[in-house]
Amino acid sequence: MTTAVAQRPVAVTDTRPRRKWRAGNALLGLLAWVIGVIFIIPVLWMVLTSFHSEADASTNPPSIAAPLTLQGYRQFFGQGTGTSPWPYLANSITASVTSTILVLLLAFPAAYALSIRPVRKWSDVLFFFLSTKMLPLVAGLLPIYLFAQKAHMLDNLFILIILYTTMNLPIAVWMMRSFLAEVPIAIIEAAAIDGAGVLYTMRKIVAPIAVPGIAATALICFIFSWNELLFALVLTGVQAQTAPVFLTSFVTSQGLFLAKVCAAAVVVSIPVVVAGFAAQDKLVQGLSLGAVK
Amino acid sequence: MATQVTDAEVRPSRGRRRADRSAAPGGPPTTSRERWGRRAPLLPALVFLIIVTQLPFVVTLVISFLRWNALSPQTRGWAGLDNYKKVFTDPALRSSVIFTIVLTATVVIVSLLLGLAIALLLDRAFLGRGVVRTIMITPFLIVPVAAALLFKHGIYNASYGLINGTLTWIWDLFGGTAPQPDWLTEYPKIMIEVQLIWQWTPFMMLILLAGLQSRDPEVMEAARVDGASTWQMFTYITLPHMRQYLELAGLLGTIFILQTFDAVYVITSGGLGTANLPYTIYQTFFSAHDYGLASAQGVVVVVGSLIVATLALRTVSGLLREEKT
Amino acid sequence: MLRGVPKRIVTTLVTLIAASSLTACGGLGWAGGSGNAVKVLMVNNPQMVDLQKLSGTFTQQTGIKVDFTVLPENDLRDKASLEFASQAGQYDVATLSNFEIPFYSKNNWLTPMDDYIAKDPAFDQADILKPIALSLTGPDRKIYGEPFYGESSFLMYRKDVFAAKGLTVPDHPTWDQIADMAAKVDNAQPGMRGICLRGQPGWGQVLAPLTTVVNTFGGTWFDKDWNAQVNGPGFTEATNFYVNLVRSHGEIGAAQAGFTECLTDLEQGKVAMWYDATSAAGSLDGKDSPVAGKIGYVQAPVKLTKSSGWLYAWSWAIEKASKNKDDAWKFVSWASSKGYEDLVGTKLGWARVPAGKRTSTYTNPDYLKVARSFAGPTLTAIQSANPVSPGVQPRPTIGIQFVDIPEFTDFGTASSLAIGSAIGGKESVHSALETSQRLAANAGKLYQK
Repeated sequence: MTTAVAQRPVAVTDTRPRRKWRAGNALLGLLAWVIGVIFIIPVLWMVLTSFHSEADASTNPPSIAAPLTLQGYRQFFGQGTGTSPWPYLANSITASVTSTILVLLLAFPAAYALSIRPVRKWSDVLFFFLSTKMLPLVAGLLPIYLFAQKAHMLDNLFILIILYTTMNLPIAVWMMRSFLAEVPIAIIEAAAIDGAGVLYTMRKIVAPIAVPGIAATALICFIFSWNELLFALVLTGVQAQTAPVFLTSFVTSQGLFLAKVCAAAVVVSIPVVVAGFAAQDKLVQGLSLGAVK
Repeated sequence: MATQVTDAEVRPSRGRRRADRSAAPGGPPTTSRERWGRRAPLLPALVFLIIVTQLPFVVTLVISFLRWNALSPQTRGWAGLDNYKKVFTDPALRSSVIFTIVLTATVVIVSLLLGLAIALLLDRAFLGRGVVRTIMITPFLIVPVAAALLFKHGIYNASYGLINGTLTWIWDLFGGTAPQPDWLTEYPKIMIEVQLIWQWTPFMMLILLAGLQSRDPEVMEAARVDGASTWQMFTYITLPHMRQYLELAGLLGTIFILQTFDAVYVITSGGLGTANLPYTIYQTFFSAHDYGLASAQGVVVVVGSLIVATLALRTVSGLLREEKT
Repeated sequence: MLRGVPKRIVTTLVTLIAASSLTACGGLGWAGGSGNAVKVLMVNNPQMVDLQKLSGTFTQQTGIKVDFTVLPENDLRDKASLEFASQAGQYDVATLSNFEIPFYSKNNWLTPMDDYIAKDPAFDQADILKPIALSLTGPDRKIYGEPFYGESSFLMYRKDVFAAKGLTVPDHPTWDQIADMAAKVDNAQPGMRGICLRGQPGWGQVLAPLTTVVNTFGGTWFDKDWNAQVNGPGFTEATNFYVNLVRSHGEIGAAQAGFTECLTDLEQGKVAMWYDATSAAGSLDGKDSPVAGKIGYVQAPVKLTKSSGWLYAWSWAIEKASKNKDDAWKFVSWASSKGYEDLVGTKLGWARVPAGKRTSTYTNPDYLKVARSFAGPTLTAIQSANPVSPGVQPRPTIGIQFVDIPEFTDFGTASSLAIGSAIGGKESVHSALETSQRLAANAGKLYQK
């Protein structure tokens, strides 16, 4: 009698074909739609406002049917100020991607050492990792600023990368450990019997299995790095300014700005939204600790 | 031949995988070389983290004993415990701590409950389920500072925000002047909480949905065959299974929301009692420029967080030790 | 099993360290660029945004590139104070104001400009309006800043609405008259409130107009011996007046209303009057304004003093630690020059000229053609501002709408939060002032010998 493990489907849905079309189900489906719409309204409003003129964006009641214009986007892309946002977007991409890669390089072996071939006090180590995440980073901002100043590393993407890596490492280790804990021990044992070394096992055997987990972790790290505001605000200047900081510069105390800010918000959020949509399956799959063959 | 697959038969490999962690290939590490072999992959991350987090903390600790205000450089000197005295007697810091706790608890609990409800809804099949799931993820994917700006200026604004605008539109349909409450002045704390709940519910929902979808269908089927009602199945099978996921989501949510900065910074600039700890420390650093005081605040907060973290993680240590599905 | 590992780890570490030492030499990022560019940190007011757009002309003329970081006002102040306090050298020039410049110069954070001015007669320092020039000097009487644009405060009102109600606003009104008229024009049009007054927390937001009201009601933050007078009779009467006026005839959302909100309200016909910065006139009478041509301007209302308008100038200061001081001066000199005003006038329109700093602007026929309605009142307001003695009693330090000490940003903002609560009806004026008195007294103690 074979075990049921190999036969279990990966994604589990509620399979009750007999009751699929009952009214109760339809009603609940409708409820889900209503809730979904409520949650998406602010985003829709943001996108709509970004295509209105400043005057139309600030009316009460809201002018939904106002003529659409690219004015806000043109302002964002430099028509009003002569500054293009591309360098700032490039800064954000560089910092986020590089720090994510660095996090993966550090977190994967660490998670390996906490799950597959665990060190003795692995839960204490895990607790330590997580406890560093609980400390408000603001408290360490001053020493970091002073250090960066003395080391001539202000306005330097490198220091942002280091900080973002630190910021995301605990969560990455935590997540990866959960994913790696799902790797069937039989495979590891087989590799060990075949005489594979640690690095080989990590790279060629475990990593391919853990790809959904790695992808989910990478996505989370990318999102949090991209979104980060405080450190970027304090530690960057003219060269390393990132997209979220650039976004705040559109809020002025003199004059209307809602359409501009919405346009800026849309553009700055697009990379994260696209990444999130593209990888949402991996995210759910990775998080579901689904069965792995 | 038994066709019914019982729990125990499905479990074995998982159980062995989890509970026998130290019985990995080759048995528990015996020689020193083997022990270091296991530690080696851990070291880069550990060393990196120690250097980048502990060193600044040590410097913060040192500065907390100094009297250092950047705006009056001539008054620099040793302050002993003065800064700490100020920290514990400052009513502003006390209210900041209270609000941080209230904010975190409210946002985590509400978004957890909402996330669970939505996950339960999304667990069923219905027309356009994938679309709704995609829609529901979106709020989490909007850059937090962008979302905060959107809410502050586009939604909460008393003159032209979406809420008051909608009220005007509705009242116009019936004639009469709409109430135009000043949301940010009347209910500043609630407004910040709403924005955060909006942004974090999708996160909770994702984790809980993953939990729901990892339920064993065989077990569910068996229970149904045995005549269990939906409510009984929910209480006796789903909830216990979900406990791990609820704890995970709650823990992660708490960690992130405890440190939230963007929303307070953008929406109220800490005014009307809405300053939370990260914002208060930021204020002391960058507005008051009292580096000594801010460092003392930082140290106190770190110590407090460690105490809370120890308690929380020990309570939630089910995640670390039991790991039953 | 372990043999290959250490070698690889070592190589990786060495590469990382080598790479990091290469990057640890100053800025690294995709933005900005040339090493010798003048790095400017400025607030994102419309006049500065225009400057950013026109900076290409400066580069054409001198070959010097300029990199900008533009931030909203509160963020700018935080970043600028961090930058100058630590002398980080990240920026060469920043927009500070007549608030920071006197005490920044005392701390030796700024470069004195007298030598540069002497060598640059085309700049014409004598053309700068006297009260503003005076407010940008340090305790050693040297000049530490050049204004980009200056402002005072005055009262703006809808001429058409007042005419319809048969009301005239005198050129030098009193606050009692204004309160009276606010009651009369309340609801003159559907949804229109009498007056817009700032309520937004911030030492530079609600405290600016409020402090001028305090001054003219006979109150003060500190007496000449640094005793806080926040709960004194003058301050209390003024605050009660201000809060009551806003709550009975003021704009909706007053507790959050800053400059922009009131500007929008006046433009969209939600209020009939507005007491605020003279620089608002440029937007109100600008091309896209729905109320262009309908606004009248009179002097800031008074009670016990002859004038009560504030004095504020966003000004350029050069950081002491800058490595680019000569180029930085060239930029400052260009940005605050008569030539730049002409450039803005011809390219973007005369209403957008950064005015309020030079006498010559107010005799320029092109500017006057467009600014006829507000140029006169603006000039009068600035020239009658007295930063040394703005109230009825002697002051310990200069400043009309602020107290020129670094602690003011902190206790000022904290006080403004309490007062904002009072405006929002969440606490009484009395309790707000008691809180503020405590905070101010703590700060004042530092200066009492």
